[in-house]
Amino acid sequence: MTGASPIPYLPVALGSAIGAVARYAVSLAMLSGPGSGLPWGTFAVNVAGSFLIGFLAALMAGGGRFHASDARRQFLLAGFCGGFTTFSIFSLELLFFIVQDAYLSAFVYLGLSIPAWLLAVAIGYGAGERLSRRA
Amino acid sequence: MIAFPLDIAIVALGGALGGVGRVWLSERVTRRLGDRFPWGTLVVNVSGAAAIGLIAGWLHGGGGHAGEEAVLRLALIAGFVGSYTTVSSFSLQTHALIRAGDWRAAGANVVASVGLSLAAAAAGFLLVSRLAGGAP
Repeated sequence: MTGASPIPYLPVALGSAIGAVARYAVSLAMLSGPGSGLPWGTFAVNVAGSFLIGFLAALMAGGGRFHASDARRQFLLAGFCGGFTTFSIFSLELLFFIVQDAYLSAFVYLGLSIPAWLLAVAIGYGAGERLSRRA
Repeated sequence: MIAFPLDIAIVALGGALGGVGRVWLSERVTRRLGDRFPWGTLVVNVSGAAAIGLIAGWLHGGGGHAGEEAVLRLALIAGFVGSYTTVSSFSLQTHALIRAGDWRAAGANVVASVGLSLAAAAAGFLLVSRLAGGAP
């Protein structure tokens, strides 16, 4: 399509690589973390990544103090935040609970995750907005 | 286990490719279906869930030797598919729908994303573990 600016794929690739490695590091660190059987590593990256993308998107919105280039936005948002968070591993973890008849765990994991992600993105967005507007 | 720093390199490479695949496909879908509803992220997340189901089913069914399995786990699950799918964009787009007052679309996005991803992961997992289980 003409007119649409091409997506800068190099920043996306770089940001996603760093995001994926950061997620991997958190998952390794969480192996010795809190127990209770829920996948806290995935939970933590998805909540933190939701907060971060809300914060950055609001911070770098047009008209604010921190307007960023397209490449920088793609690096941080689609790249780092996208690579850091994961819906597929979340789905697989949910599936494993169900396959093992651990319906309560599946229910708790799902019931904690979705509200936590949405709350995190709202808090991040609000913080980014306030910082962006401050004169 | 794959030792440091090779594990990091494998996850980084898979993650870079997954991220580029996500943005490329999401952009294609958005151009075709418009951006009033986050179809791009939905398609990416559901297809990624199917893929992770296939991979996990294959590993579960005993596919590959131990060494191969460790590499595939890092490259495909932690790296490629992990990075290909995204919760952050899902959250940001759902939040945007809520801010716009479109609660129906926001709710539909949550239900469709979770329901279809779970179904896709289950379909992929069952398909391959059945096939692998039937093999000698």
